[in-house]
Amino acid sequence: MKRSSLFVMQLLFTLLVCAFMLVPVLMSLLAGLTRNFFVGVSSGLTFDWLIQVWQAYSPTVWLSLQLAVACAVCVCVIGVPAAYALVRMNNRFSRAFEELMVLPVAMPGLASALALLLTYGQFGTFRSSWLFILVGHVLFTLPFLVRPVMAVMQRQQLPVLEEAAASLGAGLIKRFFSVVVPNCRAGILAGVLMVVTLSLGEFNLTWMLHTPMTKTLPVGLADSYASARLEIASAYTLIFLLMIVPLLVALQAISARLSRGERR
Amino acid sequence: MAASAKHAAWALAPALAVLLAFWLLPLAHLIVLGTESRDSSGSGYWQVLSSAQYLGSLAQTCALAIFVTLVALLIGGISGVFLSRQQFFGRSALVALLTFPLAFPGVVVGFLVILLAGRQGLFASLGLQVAGERWIFAYSLAGLFVGYLYFSIPRVILTVMAACESLDRSLEEAAHSLGAGHWRVVCDVIVPGLAPALASCGAICFATSMGAFGTAFTLGTRLNVTPVAIYNVFTNYANFAVAAALSVVLGAVTWAVLLLTRRLVKNAGTVL
Repeated sequence: MKRSSLFVMQLLFTLLVCAFMLVPVLMSLLAGLTRNFFVGVSSGLTFDWLIQVWQAYSPTVWLSLQLAVACAVCVCVIGVPAAYALVRMNNRFSRAFEELMVLPVAMPGLASALALLLTYGQFGTFRSSWLFILVGHVLFTLPFLVRPVMAVMQRQQLPVLEEAAASLGAGLIKRFFSVVVPNCRAGILAGVLMVVTLSLGEFNLTWMLHTPMTKTLPVGLADSYASARLEIASAYTLIFLLMIVPLLVALQAISARLSRGERR
Repeated sequence: MAASAKHAAWALAPALAVLLAFWLLPLAHLIVLGTESRDSSGSGYWQVLSSAQYLGSLAQTCALAIFVTLVALLIGGISGVFLSRQQFFGRSALVALLTFPLAFPGVVVGFLVILLAGRQGLFASLGLQVAGERWIFAYSLAGLFVGYLYFSIPRVILTVMAACESLDRSLEEAAHSLGAGHWRVVCDVIVPGLAPALASCGAICFATSMGAFGTAFTLGTRLNVTPVAIYNVFTNYANFAVAAALSVVLGAVTWAVLLLTRRLVKNAGTVL
């Protein structure tokens, strides 16, 4: 089939957009591995910057991982039952709750963080622990788990399955864990991956909530962008991308599988 | 089933408790804090609404967010329709690459803008070769614009691709067979069909751009946009009333736009 000139123009346009997305990322990867970025690649490639970054900033990486895992656990514990309730109720109250749940994402993160800080900032031990940041992350990521789980629950024939389980004598708790949760595994997995990805990269809230003792990866990144040389900042970004890109690849694979299931 | 729906409501309790305690309560506190006044200069809201500086920064933030949204809708719309309609080698790889940046945090986007247009950036060396001077625009509103565009485009592309799937192609074929040219089909069939998705996605892009603190913070705290203003008022002057009032006003504007769009467009699929 012969392609029209319109096709070629649209393809070129899209490739240009793709270049806009990719070129800075590739520059950052390259800068993190170049001995002297100002001179160029001719100065040689090196892992020195990565090693320096790791020595200076590795605590931030561990704290961010810890936060992301804790956040995923918390969001699952409160989010999966909430999704179940929302699908089951489907009335004015549940719709109002959905609105409320999305608000922390829609509102500027800085405003939410300021509200948290001005209200709970006086509780010293809470303020200075990483749990303070965790609260912010849970608020921010909750809808990203609840929504895919709700979507999967609405597709599955949960009421029928549940009725079958109930007629066999299973109580509510038993039904929830042996029928509902196993049937929306894919939705939970997609949600958890999204929550972990977002938590690892959350900055708007975290910058206000962090203390010098609780620096997360994005906070460290902002630090290095402001004060360190370009190669260090790039190497640090490289570490962040190495953590986040596998998660995104997995997320895309899962959502592709989920949308195939939708069409079936 | 009514009894089980009542039981199911209990499952909502933990999430509701968290949202009430850590979001609604602090938000109410923030709204009240904005009415407090320090050294007889009026309440926080009054100081914000009567100051040309704060109102100016708010207007500038809104204008920038609107402009970014429109440009992102245009670019993402063209690429999104193209990607969902054409099949060619490497298409899915292209889609994957274009949607990755959706999850990049604002700080990283800010750094990428510095790499593009900063002092040692791509445009600086390009300008040096072409015109003999370094083109540096990362640390200005133009840099902020590029950064906001960077994280808005993937969102628009994803939404447009999803919306294209549900468009009725027979309408386009009918228009073609009735003799409509390519542009007529785009203007009269495709754009109206995509309008709900474009509107709700645009509202989300607007909201993200209004609150994008990370990018502005990386590009420099001298930029006159509201998130930076809030941060400066809070950390440099410790003026809690004005910081709270500014946050409330910024949040109210963002929320109003989202709510208005939702009223206009019912049931449009969006990518948060």
